[in-house]
Amino acid sequence: MTSVTSGATGTAKPGKVLFYRHSLAVRVTHWLNVLCLSFLLMSGLQIFNAHPYLYWGQYGSDALPDPSFISIGAVQDGDTVKGVTRIGSLSLNTTGVLGASTENGELGPRAFPSWITIPSYQDLATGRRWHFFFAWFFVINGLVYLLYGLIGRHFRRDLVPTRDQLTPGHLAQEVADHARLRFPKGEKARHYNSLQKLTYMAVVFIVLPLMVLTGLTMSPGFNAIFPWLLDVFGGRQSARTIHFIAASLIVLFVIVHVVMVLVSGFWNNLRSMITGYYALKLEPKDEVSK
Amino acid sequence: MSFDLTRRRFLIGSSVAATGLLTGCDAMVESTAVNDILQKAEGLTMGAQRLLMSQHTLAREFSEADISPVFKGNGTTQPDSEDYARMTENKFADWKLVVNGMVKTPLNLSLADLKAMPSRTQITRHDCVEGWSAIGKWMGVPLGLVLEKAGLAPGARYAVFHCADDLEQTLDGSGRYYESIDLVDAWHPQTILAYGMNGRDLEVAHGAPLRLRVERQLGYKHAKYVMGIELVDSFRNIAGGKGGFWEDRGYEWYAGI
Repeated sequence: MTSVTSGATGTAKPGKVLFYRHSLAVRVTHWLNVLCLSFLLMSGLQIFNAHPYLYWGQYGSDALPDPSFISIGAVQDGDTVKGVTRIGSLSLNTTGVLGASTENGELGPRAFPSWITIPSYQDLATGRRWHFFFAWFFVINGLVYLLYGLIGRHFRRDLVPTRDQLTPGHLAQEVADHARLRFPKGEKARHYNSLQKLTYMAVVFIVLPLMVLTGLTMSPGFNAIFPWLLDVFGGRQSARTIHFIAASLIVLFVIVHVVMVLVSGFWNNLRSMITGYYALKLEPKDEVSK
Repeated sequence: MSFDLTRRRFLIGSSVAATGLLTGCDAMVESTAVNDILQKAEGLTMGAQRLLMSQHTLAREFSEADISPVFKGNGTTQPDSEDYARMTENKFADWKLVVNGMVKTPLNLSLADLKAMPSRTQITRHDCVEGWSAIGKWMGVPLGLVLEKAGLAPGARYAVFHCADDLEQTLDGSGRYYESIDLVDAWHPQTILAYGMNGRDLEVAHGAPLRLRVERQLGYKHAKYVMGIELVDSFRNIAGGKGGFWEDRGYEWYAGI
């Protein structure tokens, strides 16, 4: 069985069909998004380090008795420092990574370690400059993507699950398949599976917009312009906390996303996001059915 | 020239390679060309906010119940000078606010003069650039009324606030705190020269006898211990030339975000 009989745009090897999966707009905005989110994360952690406490409500500061429910601090421990991460009443010793880590060979107090912040040393002004530059870049890039997704029908064609993809039986089957790292093959791999679609939609329509909106809620200027943002998120400090949680969700998503890319055919996935072409390994039944 | 790869040299070499990415990032951070591009975002932020806000767009005002139980004193909390110590001793009776520069009538206003003018009371949130916030009740005279009294000379574009405190101890006085805002913020109804906080006279830790409130911007714009207001067409020749103590140290002049 070597011939390809499906309506493919090109053929690579016998039994394989290359099809055009990712449009230029999706590929370009995807990689620009990688760039933006990387710098936003690293500069964001630099900004967080200036005040490593999170609160809920309209206000919150490290002046007692303002309660922070998450903090990443350092305490003196003999002649050395100990990193302490606190979530509510739970305190964890996180020396080396959170609260206290090594910078220039010396252990010192720092919420997030120097290898993940930009710049590596403590410099809030520079962190902010990078953050807001890439925030604008990210917003413009995101708007281009959203506009393309709507006009170019990318959302409807690629991201919105079909009705039969959403049946409980089908979803349960996909969860079971994912858990065993068993991925669709052949014609079934032509479209995203429903877990993939739902995850991408949650990131595109919920988590990333949440980052922008909670970011704007921290700005005194945008607060005056959109005062309803304060009511939506329950205050500037709540928004700051949600901003942090949403950023963590993006990191989690990226980890899972990269793992999935690795285990479901790394080169094929990577090529498709660079050239646009994705190879389908046709199974006998695909060809028979055509 | 001989080249010997000693163990020490090797260790240095590999640690340099390991931190190559980091130092690469830091080199990029310190490049002027890169910074010039990144700084464009400040103009974009200011342009966007100014486009979306009008002269009358107010910062959120809160209720008495929302006031923070403790308002953190930040930056200078006790100016370290004999002049200031003398002023606090006689409860700022001899203190005068100097309004000069590009004005028609330079002013010398005592605290009593300012308190005799119409006042505005507002409960607003103070946002520190570091990330914390506190809500307080401020009472003071709208800056616009003081500027009206002085009368602006044609060409005046910025109000520069000269303060009594040195946030950084230097020999040449370059650690003296100052700030500046443009006339859009200067005329804004919530921009006040506050002499009262939470129903009492402004405390030393919060900038006694007078501090600026410019509610649509971050905390470092809210100059404390204000001694003088100078109207200028440019702040290029004042201190570091960037319009403020923190601006001279890399922070944005427009602190609306």
